[in-house]
Amino acid sequence: MLNISGLNQGIVIDHIKAGGAMKIYSYLNLENMDCSVAIIKNAKSNKMGKKDIIKIDGMLDDSDIDSLGALDHQITINIIEDGIIKEKKNPKLPEQVENIIICKNPRCITSVERSLPHVFKLTDRKNGTYRCIYCEQAFERR
Amino acid sequence: MKHIISPTDLTVSELRELLDLAEEIIRDPKKYSNICHGKKLATLFYEPSTRTRLSFEAAMLNLGGNVLGFSSADSSSAAKGESVADTIRVISHYADICAMRHPKEGAPLVASLYSSIPIINAGDGGHNHPTQTFTDLLTIKNLKGRLDCLTVGFCGDLKFGRTVHSLIGALSRYKNIKFVLISPEELMLPAYIREEVIEGNHIPYEEVRILEDVMPDLDILYMTRVQRERFFNEEDYIRLKDTYILDMKKMALAKPDMLVLHPLPRVNEIATEVDSDPRAVYFKQAQFGVYIRMALIMKLLEVV
Repeated sequence: MLNISGLNQGIVIDHIKAGGAMKIYSYLNLENMDCSVAIIKNAKSNKMGKKDIIKIDGMLDDSDIDSLGALDHQITINIIEDGIIKEKKNPKLPEQVENIIICKNPRCITSVERSLPHVFKLTDRKNGTYRCIYCEQAFERR
Repeated sequence: MKHIISPTDLTVSELRELLDLAEEIIRDPKKYSNICHGKKLATLFYEPSTRTRLSFEAAMLNLGGNVLGFSSADSSSAAKGESVADTIRVISHYADICAMRHPKEGAPLVASLYSSIPIINAGDGGHNHPTQTFTDLLTIKNLKGRLDCLTVGFCGDLKFGRTVHSLIGALSRYKNIKFVLISPEELMLPAYIREEVIEGNHIPYEEVRILEDVMPDLDILYMTRVQRERFFNEEDYIRLKDTYILDMKKMALAKPDMLVLHPLPRVNEIATEVDSDPRAVYFKQAQFGVYIRMALIMKLLEVV
């Protein structure tokens, strides 16, 4: 049986849409952090069917946490201190994000001009929809 | 300084002013024949479009101004790999206003971020083509006398047809509009436009497959061409290109004052026999395109 030991001090990113953990791992640059990171994929979830979870044996900046909302607006961040959940928070949806999500529309100007920043604007807060400012294609979370 | 990247960059009241100015030009074109003397329009066309480019150039020449530019990416610095941002930073020193067409969506927006002169989007891929939308609105307003209380049918390629997307967005801001969307299943209006623009503005609409069924209901029929360049797959293009052909038999079902619009170029979707019907206004529409571009250039250059 899979057994990942509990955290004493750190962060658990829970309710990640199944398959989305690596994107978050990569965005947060976790491979370069000097701490242990556990990624659990396809964990059973009553709410979501299945989900991914990331456990980080260290802390993150608040700004990094808020930007995660653009990648996956359903995630929950649990701050762990002394082995217990000190705080639970959902990332806010930033009005605009730059180079966090990438436009995949082959007709978008960003597909040929590589130096352009990938900028997405929040166009529907209720559904967490972000659209590329150039071509207006919606970012699709998988 | 204002740029026109999307049709909704103008508020309804700014649009009314623009349409009023265009109608004033129609009434007395001589009055404006020298108003842009000494001004230069740069037409940066990264993909061929004879009609739109010439319409912009005719508009500037009618105002007494001059034009410079290129008509394909091959004959521009883009062929050497220059970015849109760098090109426009240079062109800003050569001209007073710029009309840009680019095959990639969002290129004119990029230009506007780096430009010190007004940018007009003259079509960016399958995305926006605001001056075509303003042309369509001027045609409807001038010939129908109103932009509200209309049942507007869109027929053909509603998926890739940017003129359709833009006109739906523009007309959604007026009262008592109803849309009838006529297309094969593969070329239906994208869901996000249906949901965010039409349903989001509580506008009644129906989606149908057969043009004849709805002809009697329409005040405006907006025909579109199935565009080869928007398909990645030639087979799909060939299969779908002649789905709808408007002919006199179908025209007989329409109201006597219905108007047929088409952004042109027309291929097979309107039989040439329809051209002589007074309800076919697509060539007049092309003429209105020059007037609205004259009005827009004047507004953006702030010479009125």
